[in-house]
Amino acid sequence: MSVAIIDYGSGNLHSAAKAFERAARGMENPEKIVVTRDPDIVFRADRVVLPGVGAFADCRKGLDSLDGMVQAMTEAVRDKARPFFGICVGMQLMATRGKEYVTTPGLDWISGDVEKIAPRDENLKIPHMGWNTLEPLREHPVLERLPLGDKGRHAYFVHSYHLNATNDADVIARADYGGPVTAIVAKDTAIGTQFHPEKSQRFGLALISNFLKWKP
Amino acid sequence: MFKVRVIPCLDVKDGRVVKGVNFVDLRDAGDPVEAAIAYDAAGADELTFLDITATHENRGTILDVVRRTAEACFMPVTVGGGVRTVDDIRTLLRAGADKVSINSAAVSRREFVKEAAEKFGDQCIVVAIDAKRVTRAGGSDRWEIFTHGGRNSTGIDAVEFAQEVVSLGAGEILLTSMDRDGTRQGFDIELTRRIADSVPVPVIASGGVGNLDHLVAGVRDGHASAVLAASIFHFGEFSIQQAKEHMVRAGLPMRLDL
Repeated sequence: MSVAIIDYGSGNLHSAAKAFERAARGMENPEKIVVTRDPDIVFRADRVVLPGVGAFADCRKGLDSLDGMVQAMTEAVRDKARPFFGICVGMQLMATRGKEYVTTPGLDWISGDVEKIAPRDENLKIPHMGWNTLEPLREHPVLERLPLGDKGRHAYFVHSYHLNATNDADVIARADYGGPVTAIVAKDTAIGTQFHPEKSQRFGLALISNFLKWKP
Repeated sequence: MFKVRVIPCLDVKDGRVVKGVNFVDLRDAGDPVEAAIAYDAAGADELTFLDITATHENRGTILDVVRRTAEACFMPVTVGGGVRTVDDIRTLLRAGADKVSINSAAVSRREFVKEAAEKFGDQCIVVAIDAKRVTRAGGSDRWEIFTHGGRNSTGIDAVEFAQEVVSLGAGEILLTSMDRDGTRQGFDIELTRRIADSVPVPVIASGGVGNLDHLVAGVRDGHASAVLAASIFHFGEFSIQQAKEHMVRAGLPMRLDL
């Protein structure tokens, strides 16, 4: 079993890889974590992870610069139904379009646009940077046994844009930051978090380990 | 609910914690990674390393610290000190830093903030501002930017500078009062509020924390989004959890997860 973490020049790769390695170590049959730029490895992987920090257009450009990568990801996830985890901009790339600085096409796995967050309270700062609780909207195996809600655990966010999904059914958790902010999207075998599980201490590692156990 | 952050700061020189950290039983009180692991376990919301290594040759030691920290701690880490080029930022981020803080390079060349933000995104570019109150004869007080640990005056107005670097792409301001740093008299609240109220990005208050009420004041009166402190945590005077519980009692929203 292998988990392919896609290396497309995004900054936080090392942290993401280490967090997945740590979560995998706690499992009965630890999956092998591979950081790769090779579409063939992604195509053959049992799970695919797309991390990401930075601007939407820049990340899309990085992904496109790896010849055949988008196709390999799409075939692995959409045709072969392999579990997929998008983190932060990796999650935003699942949308139809990004609207950060310029309009850029996303993978269009989740219908919707990535738009600037607009907290109603003008005292709230942008970026939404720090720890927030999650309001669960739908059940999902990756959220199993995680204490959510206002009294639950916190996730670490750092972003100014979020995925405004067309279909409510695709949003499984949100955070409140002067209005709703999309925190987790999921559809078929793909899941994406706006927050950084690899930076969310114990809660983040528990969520990653749920993902590694997930058999959709 | 969104929470206020408590950030311990470790001064690192040549890969070692300056003055050590003694709040738990560490095998090596001077190892920044051991200190980072202890703060991670203690529920710190973020961690900041400030590299005060003087020589260029020893700069690599901070990269090793960041790399080893990222292997053991799954929390946000900011690294500052000696960040001057896009390459410096790239190597720090690739080693596992989440944010980098730019100090004197932003003063000497504003465009650097823009280049950095465009390359890596606003969210990972922190501008560290060291400000000192200047009293003018016949006029009102203002705060000016100082460099080289508060020794060199630049004559630049701190509020204007903060607004400028934010417009260039800084995603956060780490604000240190040079008047209060090391005094244990509390943050310069007026300075903190001036800056926090004049920029749309989060401001981290720093410099002068001597007790837990100071942390409360930084947020409640100074309007900071986060508070940074060093010595009150490093020597076991207060734990991160005690600080947060105190802030909760004062009515501030804090994360108490461990």
